[in-house]
Amino acid sequence: MARKLPEVNAGSMADIAFLLLVFFLVTTTMDTDTGLVRKLPPPVPKDVKPPDVKERNIMKILVNKRDRLLVNNKEGSLYTLKDEVKDFMSIHPNNESYPEINIKSIELLGDVPTSKGIVSLKNDRGTSYEMYIQVQNELARAFKELRDELSMEKFGKKYSKLVKEEQKKAIEAAVPMRISEAEPENIGGN
Amino acid sequence: MSRFKKKKGSGLPAINTSSLPDIIFMLLFFFMVTTVMRENTTIVKTRLPQASEVQKLMKKSLVSYIYIGEPRNVKLYGNESRIQLNDQFSSVGDIPEFIYSEREARDEADRRLLTTSLKVDYKTKMGVVTDVKQELRKVGAFKINYSTRKKVYK
Repeated sequence: MARKLPEVNAGSMADIAFLLLVFFLVTTTMDTDTGLVRKLPPPVPKDVKPPDVKERNIMKILVNKRDRLLVNNKEGSLYTLKDEVKDFMSIHPNNESYPEINIKSIELLGDVPTSKGIVSLKNDRGTSYEMYIQVQNELARAFKELRDELSMEKFGKKYSKLVKEEQKKAIEAAVPMRISEAEPENIGGN
Repeated sequence: MSRFKKKKGSGLPAINTSSLPDIIFMLLFFFMVTTVMRENTTIVKTRLPQASEVQKLMKKSLVSYIYIGEPRNVKLYGNESRIQLNDQFSSVGDIPEFIYSEREARDEADRRLLTTSLKVDYKTKMGVVTDVKQELRKVGAFKINYSTRKKVYK
């Protein structure tokens, strides 16, 4: 005859579980990596000439090793950079001092005028990373606000609040984020 | 009428705690599943800059990290910005190999989705970062992410 096994005391089970729980609570890191996502251009072959772009279509931003800005050959500041970029990239038909306009037909939006403008960013080897990120951030803000405005007009919603993938694609096509980073070279000397 | 009269207990009844372990276990499993142990110890300082237009990086398994910054142990290694790949100091020339080995470790279908996250100290000079970017372009790792902390605009 098998003897009846004595029952295991489960009273301390909660304590053990608590201990494990506290361990995982302490070691857990819920931080999701956040950052500015960019796409690098593929390397340019040596014998290919860069495409000619008209002077009026380019906005030149230079950052020197002292973290000072030069925007279109004038001294600029981080505080005004966003509005300057926004102004440059917004649509001004028949105005010589703004970039050319290209009429694109995009699904959901129909024919929309898009700017041919390009923001060209060039930095020195001595520029601090913090400044570089600030500039990139201001550029991103400018494009985001332009997209928000168009999206508000067309869909009645901000771009960041859009849910449908087609609508996002349409806005992205109408306001492309055109930031060109120059091939590295030393400017202003080190 | 006496049948509607409530039985008067003596004092408060004890709360049944027999399901407490189950509740705790449930919490425990939640944290066990969501927890991510820090995979890399950094030997360089990476105090990230702040930006407001940040995006979340999805799919952590498809991200490889490059750390750039001043060594933690300044007395031993000096204060020049260095690159850290995996767990050691590296030079710019080691980056192609690093990217190839990172690709090798992923499924064939996922390889083109691989993102390189640059965790760079805010005091670093752009020279090093530019060199790294050039090297990444050469090996075709075009998707990059400048890791930043989120700043809320006032």
